Amino acid sequence: MAKLSLRGVVKQFGANTVCDGIDLNVEEGQMVCLIGASGAGKSTLLRCINLLEAVEDGEIFLDGEDIAEPGLNPQGVRARIGMVFQSFNLFPHMTALENAMLAPRRVHGRSKADLVGEVKELFTRFGLADRMHNYPDQLSGGQQQRVAIIRALAMRPEVMLFDEITSALDPQLVGEVLDVLLMLKQQGMTMVLATHEMGFARQAADKVCFLKDGKIIEEGPPEALFDAPEREETKAFLARALK
Amino acid sequence: MTTIKAAGMTRREVYEAQQRKRSLIIAATSTLVVVACLIIFVPMSPGWEKVQRSFFNGDVLSDTFPKLLDAFKINLMIFAWSAPAIAILGLLIALARDAKSPALFPLRIFGAAFTDIFRGVPVILTVYLIGFGIPGLGLPRPWNSPYIWGSLALILTYSAYVAEIFRSGIDSVHQSQRSAALSLGLSERQVMRDVVLPQAIRNVVPSQMNMLIALQKDVSLLSFIGPVEIFRQAGVFKSLTANFTPYVGAAIIFLIVTIPATRYADYLMSKQRKDRS
Repeated sequence: MAKLSLRGVVKQFGANTVCDGIDLNVEEGQMVCLIGASGAGKSTLLRCINLLEAVEDGEIFLDGEDIAEPGLNPQGVRARIGMVFQSFNLFPHMTALENAMLAPRRVHGRSKADLVGEVKELFTRFGLADRMHNYPDQLSGGQQQRVAIIRALAMRPEVMLFDEITSALDPQLVGEVLDVLLMLKQQGMTMVLATHEMGFARQAADKVCFLKDGKIIEEGPPEALFDAPEREETKAFLARALK
Repeated sequence: MTTIKAAGMTRREVYEAQQRKRSLIIAATSTLVVVACLIIFVPMSPGWEKVQRSFFNGDVLSDTFPKLLDAFKINLMIFAWSAPAIAILGLLIALARDAKSPALFPLRIFGAAFTDIFRGVPVILTVYLIGFGIPGLGLPRPWNSPYIWGSLALILTYSAYVAEIFRSGIDSVHQSQRSAALSLGLSERQVMRDVVLPQAIRNVVPSQMNMLIALQKDVSLLSFIGPVEIFRQAGVFKSLTANFTPYVGAAIIFLIVTIPATRYADYLMSKQRKDRS
């Protein structure tokens, strides 16, 4: 059974259909990359999976349980699915360490003393041990984004969603964030990325999905999709993106 | 030029130092001219001697000033218990107006009505209505004290304004902060308490400082319903001495408090503007 499975997911904003019947399977430990032009529905799809947006129709199964059920309390689901945003969205009034400890303390009711060891361990693992006590505005973009990843990981999520997390970074800082993703993949994290980093998707993804107008037009292993796309739309997009 | 350059200044620094010196001289000259005009021409006006005697009488001032300071303690006291009550009530009203759950709908209506009413009525009217009206119910001592009901009138009026400022602060926290907090599994209430409110309150500190300064002055309105605070005390001295100087004394005492506070609020404002840019 797939870890995460979407069946006919539809999301509309007014008359605008942003996700138009999306089917997607993500196996345990897989890294799936969503590619496509801005406005194709990649970000909205991720927000739907994390229940930040309520879907109009369709089903989203997490370990076989339908989490898109209208009226379901989203908190429990969000605690199991981590999300990282393009603009970092760190809490500016807290240090990096406090950012990472807030949710486990509030949601899992754990004490600071109980948490601090394992959270510090995360900072060390991702090369930020000396930055834990800094406030977000004292960190570079790449460091902030890594803190945002640590903050999500501190909840011990089963699935991680990454919404164009390198798009707001200076080119020389992109690498340090992508390295973190590779480390997570090695540890077997299940991940879904919306990304414009074609090189990274090709190198690291287990599966790549091309979205256009709210639909997955084509999907497959990166070699197949990048080297031998079948659909004209995919070819046209890749021709522009890889130029 | 070369001698200045030897001091280690760049061309631009030399230019800017000259400019600074120039504007300093101009500012000093124009200030001197204005002050000199005031000193020369105001006393030449026909009523000046009378005004000087009745508003700027040194003897009256030194006689009454210590007692005015004493009376000002009453202002400070009323201020000291009203300000925290206003902060708490204002925050509660702001939260009530933003309450989302349908069970709390009455609270939203109440919050909206509260701010509409107390922002819509002149402070002095609220002071009169509450300060005379409620003790008029025949309450026993000490519950008929104008201190209690006058303070309540101030608390209600100022809470309405303070609540609106808190709401603007809550709105000023970007939606993405809420998204990030929710995505971690926090509840709406936790998001408000741990993520939105701390930022919102920080954003509105300068505006709330201005409300505090306004409150400090409006405490004097309670004099109309009884308490002998500084304005009332100055009025008593005016009658006793047949001289307006005590009012000037009262104004000086207010300024001693409000000018530093206003400067500080302005400083916070400009600092915040700088932080944001």
